[in-house]
Amino acid sequence: MVHTFTCCGVNIAVDSVSGSVHVVDEVALDVINNFENIADKGVVQAIALRHGVTIEDVSDCAADVKELAARGMLFCRDTFRPDVEKLAKRDTVVKALCLHVAHTCNLDCDYCFAAQGKYHGERALMSFEVGKRALDFLVENSGSRHNLEVDFFGGEPLMNWQVVKQLVAYARSIEPACGKNFRFTLTTNGMLLNDEVIDFCNREMHNVVLSLDGRKQINDHFRKTAAGVGSFDVIVPKFQKFVAARGDREYYVRGTFTHRNPDFMQDILAMLELGFDKLSMEPVVCPPDSPYALTEEDKPIICRQYKLLAEELIRRAEQGRPFTFYHYMLDLAHGPCIYKRISGCGSGTEYLAVTPAGELYPCHQFVGEKGYLLGDVWKGVTNTAVTEKFKRCNAYSRKECETCWARLYCSGGCAANSFHATGDVNGVYAYGCDLFRSRMECALAVNAVSALKEQK
Amino acid sequence: MKRIITLNTRDLEASKQNGGCGECQTSCGVANQKCENANK
Repeated sequence: MVHTFTCCGVNIAVDSVSGSVHVVDEVALDVINNFENIADKGVVQAIALRHGVTIEDVSDCAADVKELAARGMLFCRDTFRPDVEKLAKRDTVVKALCLHVAHTCNLDCDYCFAAQGKYHGERALMSFEVGKRALDFLVENSGSRHNLEVDFFGGEPLMNWQVVKQLVAYARSIEPACGKNFRFTLTTNGMLLNDEVIDFCNREMHNVVLSLDGRKQINDHFRKTAAGVGSFDVIVPKFQKFVAARGDREYYVRGTFTHRNPDFMQDILAMLELGFDKLSMEPVVCPPDSPYALTEEDKPIICRQYKLLAEELIRRAEQGRPFTFYHYMLDLAHGPCIYKRISGCGSGTEYLAVTPAGELYPCHQFVGEKGYLLGDVWKGVTNTAVTEKFKRCNAYSRKECETCWARLYCSGGCAANSFHATGDVNGVYAYGCDLFRSRMECALAVNAVSALKEQK
Repeated sequence: MKRIITLNTRDLEASKQNGGCGECQTSCGVANQKCENANK
């Protein structure tokens, strides 16, 4: 399947099976879009007329397209389906844990899927003993994997800071003996950031996510304390201090946009103005009847923001003021292999979430969902029926994905989003699909523009 | 005149042979992953 589109001033043809990306001119775009009938002289003539070129020009272009097709770079036949079955039957190992070190929060954000950090349960903090057992469980179940990931999550993980530090120290102490490399990450609302936390994170955290929604009035509408006080004035100076000390290590400032701000490009600009240059803005995850849920009317506005964002990214890069938007950071030449593209994030199989009590769930967005409790860190995964379901949740498991050009970029999408939208991990969250395709076109365009500049 | 410029992209068919090591970062998107084996 070939998908063609125009974005940021470039025409692009993507072969969805081979992953090949071509930048094409207007004539080639027309030839590719009419390739099925290109043997018809009338079609060739019409293309020549449309673009004011000769029939020979169009025929030459058609020959180039034919050659690319013969080399498996356009109109490539999908031969990956047998690999899908192989992947579904494979024995999986656990390589990443999301440690919910705190089911409590010092903010009371209305839209939080974790419901004030408590995941619809009781307030709880993970003990060192449970966390230590979780790390041992990870090592024991990681097979030959060398790189293991541990995400400190909540709620607000800094509300259990001593345990975070103890767990990092424990993991570092067992690395040599078990031959593993732990990569730690942390997601924080910033309220408790201080010099000690910043220093520790810069030594030990591979990546840190800082939650900020952009403009002050947007951020403070949702991200506020239980007393209703907005967090912006408290967290922004702390984030600025953190980023200044972070150097070239990874971080990103991550915002959520809702029905209140489908024009989220304004929030991106506000973040840039504050000095943050590694950014992410994500659509809210919430029930469709929420007052802040994204609507059909919001969709064209959101897609427009993705385009504006792509144009701004290119413009600032040209001016020597680059910034990054997480979803536009494609590495076309060194991207994921076909197995990763088919199987996706690994939730429920390679990646599990651990509650403060040591329960295991398929991912952080399933915590508290009855029926998705997988087991615990002492007995391991006992609910294997759910694991089997997640093994079969991939880019080929939904009929709707068969005709989607982006399926090997999204791997079938987020199982949690599908579940929350349709009640089934193999359902289709169509709204999310539309946003993903829009975002992906922009990401490819940004990368194409950059690649063309390098070639020149 | 060059009407088609093909960008350098990873060969997914070939990645059946040099992929699947599982050492890449967990994603929450896959498209943005990097792979240390892509050139092998």
